[in-house]
Amino acid sequence: MPERHVRLTFGAEQVREPLVYQMGHQFKVVTSIRMASIDRSVGWVILGLEGDEDEINRALDWARAKGVRVDDATLGDVVEG
Amino acid sequence: MSSFNRALKCRECGREYAIAPIFSCEFCFGPLEVAYDYDAIREAATRDIIESGPNTLWRYAPFLPCDPAYKVDLGTGFTPLLRADRLAKAIGLDTLWIKNDTVNPTWSFKDRVVSVAIAKAREFGFDAIACASTGNLANSVAAHAAGAGMECFVFIPDDLERGKVVGSAIYDPHLVTVRGSYDDVNRLCTELSMQFNWAFVNINVRPYYAEGSRSLGYEIAEQLGWRTPDHIVAPMASGSMFTKIWKGIKEFHHVGLIDEPHTRMSGAQATGCSPISTAFANDTLNFIPQKPNTIAKSLAIGNPADGYYALKQMEETGGGAEMATDEEIVAGIKLLAETEGIFAETAGGVTIACLKRLVASGFIKRGEETVAIISGGGLKTIEAVADEVTEPLHIQPTVNSFTEALSARRGAPVSV
Repeated sequence: MPERHVRLTFGAEQVREPLVYQMGHQFKVVTSIRMASIDRSVGWVILGLEGDEDEINRALDWARAKGVRVDDATLGDVVEG
Repeated sequence: MSSFNRALKCRECGREYAIAPIFSCEFCFGPLEVAYDYDAIREAATRDIIESGPNTLWRYAPFLPCDPAYKVDLGTGFTPLLRADRLAKAIGLDTLWIKNDTVNPTWSFKDRVVSVAIAKAREFGFDAIACASTGNLANSVAAHAAGAGMECFVFIPDDLERGKVVGSAIYDPHLVTVRGSYDDVNRLCTELSMQFNWAFVNINVRPYYAEGSRSLGYEIAEQLGWRTPDHIVAPMASGSMFTKIWKGIKEFHHVGLIDEPHTRMSGAQATGCSPISTAFANDTLNFIPQKPNTIAKSLAIGNPADGYYALKQMEETGGGAEMATDEEIVAGIKLLAETEGIFAETAGGVTIACLKRLVASGFIKRGEETVAIISGGGLKTIEAVADEVTEPLHIQPTVNSFTEALSARRGAPVSV
C-alpha cells in the first residue's frame, strides 16, 4: 500500500495533545514520523500515512478540525518569489 | 571550466544524491543543497583571480553550481557597496553600508539566483523555463529567458503591483495570473512541475537557484577589502537569501579568502507577514505559517521554506529579527531615498525600518559596522509611496509665480 506524506503544523493549542497517537487509534491508518521538531508552543511533523485513501482523508480532516495545519509534504515547501 | 558542484545533499539527514533537477530528499523530505569540491575551488579562486574577473557575479564562477558556458549574462551582480553616512547618522550608527542591489538588470537581487538557475537549466537540457513569483522573480526569469531564447512560463498572483506585471510582460513570456495568494500559486506550480518537463527555477532547480544569493556574501567581503562586517541586516521572505549570504561568507573563510567571520546576521520582515520574526520573538525555531497581509508583497510568503534555517542562523551568529508595519515600511523607503538617494521597493523599506528598530532597541550597538541589503528598486512598487511624496509646486511660467509658491512652502519670503 503506498505511503502518503504530510506535514502537520501544531500551534500552542495542539502541541501538548497526543494527536498522532489518537489518529492511529481512531482511524485505520499506520502513522510513521519521518522528521519532526516540537517545543513548548509550536511544532511540526512530517508524517507518513499508510491505509485506505478515504480513511487517510478522514484522518486528515479530523486533524484539521483539531486546528492542525495540513500540507502535502511531497509537494515541497513554499519558496520565495 | 565546468562547475565544482559535487552532489546534492539533504540538509536534514545528509543523504547525497547525484546532480539532477530534484529538490527534496526522498527519505526524510528535507531540502537538498549543493555540495562542492572546496579543494578544487580553493585552487581556482584566489583573490588575484577573482579581482581580475568580470564586474559581475561571474567573477565568482568557481563557487557557482553551473557551467559558465551555459550562462546568460545580462550583467548581474558586483553591485555597489555604498557608505551611507547620512542614513547612519539618522538612525544612530557610526558606520553603515548599503548593498545596493536595485541596480541589477531587472532591478532586484533575483537576477543573481536566476543567472545560476537558467545556466543550470540549459546545462540540464531544458528548453522551457518557468517560475511561481511575487513579481521580482517573474521579471528576472522573463528577461533571462528572452536573452537565452527559451520558452518561458511565469505564474503570478493576480493582485501584483502594475510595475511588476509590465516588468515581466515586456519580455513576452507566457504570463499567467492566478486567482489566489502566492502560496496558492506556488502550490499550483509544484503540481505543474510534475506534469511538464520544464525547469521551474524555484522548484525543481531550486537547490542551484538558491545558491546564487551567496554572491551577495562574497561581494560584501571583497568590497570591504576581504573582510566581513560586524552585522548584516537582510530582508526575509522564504529566508533563503538570508541564509545563503552567511553560507557565502563562511565559504570564503573555508577556502582561505578571509579571516574567520564574526558577523551577526539579522533578518527583517513586515508585520503583516512575519512568521520568522514572530518565531524569533517567541524564542522558538518553529514558526507558524501566516496569511500575508502587507504592502511588502515581495516578502509575502506565509510559509517560508527556509524559516527554520534562518532562525538557526540567528542563533548561530547572535543575530536577531525584527518586523515593521506598513507605515514604517513607507517611512523606511522615504528615509533611504532622502538620506542616500536610493529608491528601494517595499522590501528595502522593511530592511531600513527593521534596522532602525534594531538600533533603537540597542540590539545593534552604535559601533557595530553594519551592512543593510537593499534587494529591489522602487519603481516596481511605486503605488506604495505615490501618495506619500511631497506634491510638486504648481506654478505659472513666471519668476514671480515660482518665488511666491516657494515662499508659501517655506513659510518665509524668498529673495531673488
